[in-house]
Amino acid sequence: MTHNLTVLGIESSCDDTAAAVLRCSPPGGEIMSSVVFGQGALHAEFGGVVPEIAARAHAEKLDLAVEQALGEAGCGLSDIGLIAVTSGPGLIGGVMSGVMCARGLAAGRGLPLIGVNHLAGHALTPRLTDNAAYPYVMLLVSGGHCQFLLVQAADRFTRLGGTIDDAPGEAFDKVARILGLEQPGGPAVEKAARDGDPHRFRFPRPLLDRDNADMSFSGLKTAVLRQRDQLITDQGGLYPRDRQDICAGFQAAICDVLSHKTRLALDIATGIAGANPPLAVAGGVAANSAIRSALTKVSTGLMAPPQRLCTDNAAMIAWAGYEKHMAGHADPGDLVPRPRWPLDDQSAPLLGSGKKGAKA
Amino acid sequence: MSADEFRTSLTLTSPDQTARLAHAIAPRLSAGDVLLLNGPIGAGKSHFARHIIRSRQAAIGLSEDIPSPTFLLVQTYNAGGCDIWHCDFYRLNDPQELDELGLEEACETAICLIEWPDIALDYLPAGAAHITLSMTEDEDTRQFDIRAPRRWAGIFALEDA
Repeated sequence: MTHNLTVLGIESSCDDTAAAVLRCSPPGGEIMSSVVFGQGALHAEFGGVVPEIAARAHAEKLDLAVEQALGEAGCGLSDIGLIAVTSGPGLIGGVMSGVMCARGLAAGRGLPLIGVNHLAGHALTPRLTDNAAYPYVMLLVSGGHCQFLLVQAADRFTRLGGTIDDAPGEAFDKVARILGLEQPGGPAVEKAARDGDPHRFRFPRPLLDRDNADMSFSGLKTAVLRQRDQLITDQGGLYPRDRQDICAGFQAAICDVLSHKTRLALDIATGIAGANPPLAVAGGVAANSAIRSALTKVSTGLMAPPQRLCTDNAAMIAWAGYEKHMAGHADPGDLVPRPRWPLDDQSAPLLGSGKKGAKA
Repeated sequence: MSADEFRTSLTLTSPDQTARLAHAIAPRLSAGDVLLLNGPIGAGKSHFARHIIRSRQAAIGLSEDIPSPTFLLVQTYNAGGCDIWHCDFYRLNDPQELDELGLEEACETAICLIEWPDIALDYLPAGAAHITLSMTEDEDTRQFDIRAPRRWAGIFALEDA
């Protein structure tokens, strides 16, 4: 069996529609093309990233994304040896559009098709970009997710901890909204924080005293809201300086929580894996340079894939599909679109039996 | 206030009290019950919803992560006998998009906890309970204003919450 394979990846599980062509040859892969049709910039003027939940809208863009990805890669469907598609977790309409598109292409060309977990795509990206060897610890930190995973194989993920409420990306967006900054909030808050004093306002660092890798960010936005209202009451408004200082204080709190909990997650991982696993980070929030530098202090060998591969994309889906294919883990059941699909259903905090497989 | 309407206001002085309210009403909810949670950022809508879900899951021996639904709009949970839909329409900009989510069916077959429901008000069942959470002078205290059809009175009957 040849290990060289050209893989078409398709991703449409949230706001973006994406397709990519990846030429895979162990131990890595070459990204021939990676097309992402996003929503964010288009809708920034409405004060938020508008969700592209309409299956139809994804479906319309999927064909174009695939066509463009093949075109940029300079190949046709006849050069593709495997199709990988995100089949969850995510917005069900988008996921279904992607899976139907992939099914059609695979059936038409008699190609093998593999369903990929979107989170596995993120979690396996350092293998594509940094040739990361198993095991390693992945901090997945985005608008909708925040979790530590011990990655031991293409299908072996152990959840070490995560947020018990909001994800940091969401906190950034909501803080931007509270302070009247533009959306998406991540870059706006980071920019404002650059000139701010992180010590003027002290925001809470919840769960820091707990001896585990769980985090909580929902109280932080409330604290920011109270601080804003206090300033408005005291001085009749908010000066640019106040915004900068609030953003700096908020970002410092996020950095502190993430670095502290990353240390704990690495300790837990060492206990499970036996050796000191390296750290990798992925997800949109990994773009924040203050967070990156805080994580670099925790683990000097930090693997941080380039930004376009940290946010949602189809190259990571192609890669995860390839790894799964090579490991012989193709499962027709994985092609059933599902909104919820935890990577690790072993260490999810289950107290008893009776968990329904279909819902997981 | 019409005779078939139920209204009540509660002052809860800590997040723990909000959690206790959630745990008190959770076992009384059944498929088709829709709770609309209004209130500003930080009022505790998610906190309240999370404890309803936690309570229902604990009753059947489950304990899943309950992430914020803001980004994915809907998170669904096994609530023993039916599902719970935890929704957040903060990011929704067109009520037509509700069709895509299958909300209409969920309002009949599941327990629905809906944050930021304003955009969907015309599409939600008339039998839904409206809960408005407000912040107060005291940092930890929240005011709960409940307005719902009469049948909800039993669900919100709180001797010990």
